[in-house]
Amino acid sequence: MIKKTLIASALLGLFASNAVIANEEPDALRKIIAEQQKVLKSLEKRLDETDQRLIATADQVEVVAEKKESVFANTSIGGYGELHYNNYKDSDAKVDFHRFVLFFGHEFSDSVRFFSEFELEHSIAGEGKSGEVELEQAYVEVDINETTSSKVGLFLIPVGIINETHEPPTFYGVERNGVEKNIIPATWWEAGAAFNYKPTGGLSIDGAATSGLSVGDDYKIRGGRQKVAKATAENLAYTGRIKYTAITGLELAATVQYQTDITQGKDGVETADAMLLEAHAIYQLNDFTVRALYARWDINGDEAAALGRDEQTGWYVEPSYAFNDKVGVFARYAEYDNNAGDSDSTTVESTSVGVNYYIHENVVLKADYENLGGSKDSDGFNLGFGYQF
Amino acid sequence: MNKFLHITFLSMLLFFSGANCAAKGVYQTPKAFVNKAFAGEAPEVKVLWLTKEDKTDIAEILQHKYNRMRIRYWQLSDETVWILDEIGKEKPITTGIHIKEKKIKHFKVLTFRESRGDEVRHNFYSQQFLNASLNKNNQLNQHVDGITGATMSVRATTKVARLALWLDAKVNP
Repeated sequence: MIKKTLIASALLGLFASNAVIANEEPDALRKIIAEQQKVLKSLEKRLDETDQRLIATADQVEVVAEKKESVFANTSIGGYGELHYNNYKDSDAKVDFHRFVLFFGHEFSDSVRFFSEFELEHSIAGEGKSGEVELEQAYVEVDINETTSSKVGLFLIPVGIINETHEPPTFYGVERNGVEKNIIPATWWEAGAAFNYKPTGGLSIDGAATSGLSVGDDYKIRGGRQKVAKATAENLAYTGRIKYTAITGLELAATVQYQTDITQGKDGVETADAMLLEAHAIYQLNDFTVRALYARWDINGDEAAALGRDEQTGWYVEPSYAFNDKVGVFARYAEYDNNAGDSDSTTVESTSVGVNYYIHENVVLKADYENLGGSKDSDGFNLGFGYQF
Repeated sequence: MNKFLHITFLSMLLFFSGANCAAKGVYQTPKAFVNKAFAGEAPEVKVLWLTKEDKTDIAEILQHKYNRMRIRYWQLSDETVWILDEIGKEKPITTGIHIKEKKIKHFKVLTFRESRGDEVRHNFYSQQFLNASLNKNNQLNQHVDGITGATMSVRATTKVARLALWLDAKVNP
């Protein structure tokens, strides 16, 4: 563009000077024109050279920038965190930096990668402290072909909605819902091997053979997580999941898990093999989303039956509405019962309403009110902020 | 315990049997996308140099700084083609966007490098961008439904669709 403007200006000058000297001798005119043509050619050459220098400079700048990036080009760092304030009737209000998480990943090649998640819970860990330092994921994944991949290591069990995706900006509510926490039990990771197969777009099948749960005498599922810390691995667990996402806005998924013995062969008690069934649906229509989930454990053995914990169930439904990119509101009704096998009224009923306010797409402020009924009688509110990067 | 070792051993075999496979996730080369957009007669590549103000506007669309000095594109009359990279969760997703008369005519994920969220490469998702244009706020004029579990990939591809339309308006006012 600059080049064309200069040439046009030069040509104008040429015509103007021609008019002024129209009456001069032809030889003088030719001489002037020849000199001006030389100037034009010189200008054009210099512009070409400047263009080439500019492109070469930009190339070099970008190469240097890419070299700087390439030191860590195959290694990625991410993370998330959340601060919570809980204020419930008949209990002390508490503030807690609940989770501080760092991800480290490395791509060895296009088809072999490592991923890890390192977490500090409740700010401070150590003897007598509330917190824990946890390794929640550390696995190597290999793409076998375009439709199949496999992984070995420590990974999240493919079950439920929030077990694998639980960064704070991705869900409503300050605290994670009680059903997935107490029944599934999220966040839940084990060691083993797994595969993922995608036979067609939007259909995904997962299979995993992993270490199993090891429940205490109370047969509570959440307490059975060994967290792969010198975990007893006498009795394995096998997990299968099918997930359908081929219609935009829709997710349908179901997981079945078989635990060969959730006591890990404990002496003096009956073998307690167990089956988890979980199914959920998510549907988003424009700015409206609804999530619904059902989960159920069936545990064999006299000891679990005697406690009423041979059956543990829960479900919830959560409609939400996003007014825009900044503000969304939700309501949730949930029921869960870790003693569903007895005839007592032990179901916890939870009703929540709340709001998410996004300062940035990856930074969220949250507030919600929860009423607890059934076997619990309380109500209170939660405030929180969370981020991911 | 023996069972556990056995399974681990088998899965390791499965691992290394697949370790030399071809790269996953290259669905079309940029060259093929450009050639298809211009029916085999692709024009010479052009370069758009970005001003400071341009980078500010681009950062507003991408929600992060943009450090490139220039963007290459192809143009023939009122049609432009852009090949853009944007990170989903960890790795850049390469997308080809063909724009005609200020509307998206063709939208395709060319290379997907993330380990999750690859649903965005399928037609059932990408066809939502067809005929989309920009409104005054640099947002798409039509709703794009998300994919659960692929939120970051959906966000990245929606951003590049907006960016391509913004760039098109820049070179084709």
